[in-house]
Amino acid sequence: MSALPNQQETVTLDTFMRGLWEENPVFVMLLGLCPVLAVTNSTMNAIAMGLATLFVLVASSTLVSLLRKMIPKQVRIATYIIIIATFVTIVDYVIQAISLDLYNALGAFIQLIVVNCVILGRAEAYASKQKVGAAIVNAVGMGVGFTIALLCLGTVRELLGAGTILGFQIFSNNFEPWVVMILPPGGFFVLGAWLLLFEYLKQRKEQKLLAAEGATANGS
Amino acid sequence: MSSAEKVQAHLQPQTPSFAMLRTLGGVAMLSGLLVVLAFQFTKPIIEENKRIAIEKAVSHVIPGVVSKKDFLLSAEGLFPADGDKTAKGEKIYAAYGANGELKGIALEAAATGYQDVIRILYGYNQDCQCVTGIKILKMAETPGLGDKIAFDPDFLKNFEALDARLNGQKSGLENAIVTVKHGSKREQWQIDSISGATISSKAIGRMINESGQRMFPLIIKHLDALRIGQKG
Repeated sequence: MSALPNQQETVTLDTFMRGLWEENPVFVMLLGLCPVLAVTNSTMNAIAMGLATLFVLVASSTLVSLLRKMIPKQVRIATYIIIIATFVTIVDYVIQAISLDLYNALGAFIQLIVVNCVILGRAEAYASKQKVGAAIVNAVGMGVGFTIALLCLGTVRELLGAGTILGFQIFSNNFEPWVVMILPPGGFFVLGAWLLLFEYLKQRKEQKLLAAEGATANGS
Repeated sequence: MSSAEKVQAHLQPQTPSFAMLRTLGGVAMLSGLLVVLAFQFTKPIIEENKRIAIEKAVSHVIPGVVSKKDFLLSAEGLFPADGDKTAKGEKIYAAYGANGELKGIALEAAATGYQDVIRILYGYNQDCQCVTGIKILKMAETPGLGDKIAFDPDFLKNFEALDARLNGQKSGLENAIVTVKHGSKREQWQIDSISGATISSKAIGRMINESGQRMFPLIIKHLDALRIGQKG
């Protein structure tokens, strides 16, 4: 269907790494923030949500890429949504089978993976145009990047909000938990702090690069 | 359609409707197949998980439980939950000790809390006619404030022997179970609320009172049937 046949890319380490850093779905693209803010009130929830999203992302990207030549342009979004919803339903059952406590803690956010724009975005912008291998590698990268981002928020929020990590006590009993960190505002605070850090690192890198270029230009 | 558009349409081959139907139909069928497979595979495991969760909750609210039997209880009578499918009533769990003696009854109750409906399981002892423990099954109370109802030891102490005696006519409770302001509990049928979690504490008191007024008289009425439940 695509008018541009020459967009296939070869699978490199960059295909994978892009999702982790350069195009990190949370810290760079700011996509899928609803689960990011809502379920990262503990490390366990963050891991479970991250892995669930990773599975749906990889499975749906694979299928979309496999079927890419058979999906007419007019019905592509509908097809993607059916595919994504299928895998989300499967994850929903599997999490109930693994642990009901976890399922209750994640609440409606498992079902809401269907509308996570990271996944639809990958299907539309990448998997539907690339070979299966590239699509899988890219989806794994994005999924891992998303999971790491959730972990970054989850660990900080649980540590400050409850004084524990994965339920293990880290601080002494004298530590008064910052309850606000577990509440929704805490999600915004921690996300803001991480974005600040990432932006600072990026700018510092760019400035160093500029300085180095300037030095060589003057030197020649 | 203008002539320019006509040319455009002629140049770009249109996707036949058949292709769209084929893709959507095929994907939907594949989707259905996968979902059914996942459902069939996980169903027994999920049911087992639910059963274990209920058993854990029952042994939490009634000490010394060895086995349990599910009943449906309503004004029409007491029915075994796995028997007659047409029987209607509220599900109760009769809990038995090692010798088959009735240790207590576990009941579910629910009321609206601060955020959403709070659902609990609580234990009732027919001998002391009192509540012996509560366990939160589902809630969305504010972490750090309202959610203390699940683990605050002082609050849970209220339910170790909460007075729920029936009145003379055995039609309701002698004293309605009420939640009182923190630190002002005087009677055995009062619940001392958690300061900072008044609404959540009150919801617990309200749901136990509401459920108890309705169910405890029925339990006492069918006590003999419940006692032989396990042996019969």
